[in-house]
Amino acid sequence: METKPSIWVQAVKLGLLGGVVALFLSLVGMVAAFSGRYIITGVFTMGQVLFMAPLLVAAHITLQRNPGQPRSTMFLAGMLSGLTASAVLAALLLIGNNVNLRAMLINASPELYGILSFGRGVGLGVVSMLGVGLLLGAIAAGILLIPERIRGALTRAVIWVLMVGLLRDLIVTVSFRWGPLASLIRQLFAVSGLTVVGAVLVFLLVGGISYWRLGRPKQDAEKVFRQQKPAVRSLILLAIGVVVLLLPLILGVFFSEILDNVSMYILMGLGLNIVVGFAGLLDLGYVAFFAIGAYTMGILTSPELGIATLTWWQALPFALLASFLAGFVLGLPVLKMRGDYLAIVTLGFGEIVRLLVLSDWLRPWLGGTQGIQRIAQPRIGDFVLNTQQELYYLFLLGLVIVAFIAWRLKDSRLGRAWMALREDEDVAMAMGINHVATKLLAFATGAIFSGLAGAIFAAKLTSVYPHSMNFLVSINVLSLIIIGGMGSIPGVFVGALVLIAAPDLLREFAEFRYLVYGALLVTMMLTKPEGLLPEKRRQLELHEEPPAAAVAAD
Amino acid sequence: MTLLISKNVTKRFGGLVALSKINIEVKENAIQSIIGPNGAGKTTFFNCVTGFYTPEEGDILLESHNITGLSPDRVTHLGVSRTYQNIRLFKNMTSVENILVGMHPHMKAGLIGGIFRGPRTRQEEKEALTEARRILQFVGLKGRGDMMAKNLPYGEQRRLEIARALASKPKILLLDEPTAGMNPSETHEMMNFIRHLRDELGVTILLIEHQMRVVMGISELISVLDFGEKIAEGTPIEIQNNPHVIEAYLGRGAASGLVQTAA
Repeated sequence: METKPSIWVQAVKLGLLGGVVALFLSLVGMVAAFSGRYIITGVFTMGQVLFMAPLLVAAHITLQRNPGQPRSTMFLAGMLSGLTASAVLAALLLIGNNVNLRAMLINASPELYGILSFGRGVGLGVVSMLGVGLLLGAIAAGILLIPERIRGALTRAVIWVLMVGLLRDLIVTVSFRWGPLASLIRQLFAVSGLTVVGAVLVFLLVGGISYWRLGRPKQDAEKVFRQQKPAVRSLILLAIGVVVLLLPLILGVFFSEILDNVSMYILMGLGLNIVVGFAGLLDLGYVAFFAIGAYTMGILTSPELGIATLTWWQALPFALLASFLAGFVLGLPVLKMRGDYLAIVTLGFGEIVRLLVLSDWLRPWLGGTQGIQRIAQPRIGDFVLNTQQELYYLFLLGLVIVAFIAWRLKDSRLGRAWMALREDEDVAMAMGINHVATKLLAFATGAIFSGLAGAIFAAKLTSVYPHSMNFLVSINVLSLIIIGGMGSIPGVFVGALVLIAAPDLLREFAEFRYLVYGALLVTMMLTKPEGLLPEKRRQLELHEEPPAAAVAAD
Repeated sequence: MTLLISKNVTKRFGGLVALSKINIEVKENAIQSIIGPNGAGKTTFFNCVTGFYTPEEGDILLESHNITGLSPDRVTHLGVSRTYQNIRLFKNMTSVENILVGMHPHMKAGLIGGIFRGPRTRQEEKEALTEARRILQFVGLKGRGDMMAKNLPYGEQRRLEIARALASKPKILLLDEPTAGMNPSETHEMMNFIRHLRDELGVTILLIEHQMRVVMGISELISVLDFGEKIAEGTPIEIQNNPHVIEAYLGRGAASGLVQTAA
């Protein structure tokens, strides 16, 4: 048997780890930067959350890894872990007050020491810090001892208070247009963070709802939906449809911009999902098709180049055709390549397209570094779609069509051929699948979706520039597929929401945005490596007996 | 009637002659075997027949139709299907989906059909699904259809691979060591199953085996390969007593010893 270190050793180890994380957050400046941001105004700041949360989490993990301990052991181990962690910060206080660390660590400022000592000077500060560590450790133990239902409700309530307090600015801005509701919401917030009353309200509301929900048996949302009567089901779908249609009106301009971005990435994600997720062809130059869609739109509609001045709708078929053909052109030379080799060649293709649109040589036709301006916007009758909110509907229309196509293809003969190629190319060929036609169709179909995204993008900005066509776009699209779950269509939606919307929502974190974002991504991949919504296979045999019965019968 | 003819098939890899002037004829509705020690060229021969390799010399005829040098998917369309020595299923697809992929050559829907799913496509999918379920039952995998191929036990994976090969309605089925990794009772069961395939479906079967004992019971004709050459051919009894074969399997000198003991 594997010998496990005793709970005390683990408490110290994890406590040290928690302490180091808190130390890191302090020394990169996050704690100080957020010390002015109140979660609950006048009571609790974001800075305090940042250095206390690691201590609490360390104690919690220690206890969770050692279940079934007696109550006294749990409290002592939790407190040991919390104490160890806080000792790291206390050590920083002691050292920092005697030695000037700022030469190397510019964020080790008196301000930081002030926060870490709770404004009480070094001596009392160190004692307070250690006391906080002990307290947090005891809380971690206490939480695990209360009944699960209450614990769940409490945790959710606390997380919600933190989130709502943190996202105060966003919520207030968005709710601005909600009429009477706006003034009500405004009441809950102070200039920074929630008011005490607001925090209590959010806590009670979320806690109450969670408590009620946790008392009910856990059910899969999809299953519950399927159990409803057809009338109820269509009503639910209708309600979702109405909400989706009203989103830009409810959320306002700032969020509509995010929605547009997310939709654009979903469009590309659905396309790349066919190439990478279904057919298993790792394409790192996917931005090329986006560029081709956008530039074709530019060339055909902008009066600036004097080539053609079609309307957006007239140019759209050409943009789609161009990207479709480009998909074929890329596909042809890489038919025999697999894996890493394919990735490198497609990467090169993406760069070639970017360099071509950037080049002086093609400047008369493609605009060079200046890009193309005055691109036509789609018009319906006399009405021009030109705001973020209006263009959202165009994205939505594209999304509905593209998602429908992807969904239909997934369970078709062609979709199965793509997946067979992904699983084992040689065998797929031996099953009568023509790998040339099948691969080319995957590239071309994926390309056309990206081309559509590019065409709408061009209309949104009314201009295209070479620098929007960089490698990072390809990587983002690929990442969102991986985060959502390879080959999964709902996964693309979730992946895009997380990957594209999150940085915008994390604006609260200012210059630490990408640090937080990176940490989120790493955590996500560690906890759900198969993606947030992994691909589910369709049940095709439709047998009545459960698999267990079939096993027993054998 | 002869279904498959291999005429003087030679395959070289650089200086190595993997197959040298192989002549094998497979009769319609027969169960025939190719045996030989490791590295004799058995799988290379299969790869030549199924279009993965193009032989340097010689012709392969299917129903007097020359299939030499055709791509693997074309060969499958013409009625040759195979399994692999190390099971090669589409692991992350369900059993039914594996079989549906096998039906690919007999279905028509393409990009447009797949998107719009018109009456003809729907009908085709429905029929394919019914047929897939039927094949599943035939190979004894009823109730396993919605399981991922990778989650099936070993013996069932072998059966599923055969089911997938059958789905393309082949005229000739090439089985590459179907009993590899099986214990004697499983091997026995598999041999019965192969005979059942031929009797029920009328599909011609060409089998590769490593162990001589296995094929003796069911083969009507056995060809023996050694170092890329055909060293013997005949009924199981003839092969068992052929000194060349004994030598190939047991080493030089063993044959004479055995013959003496027998005498």
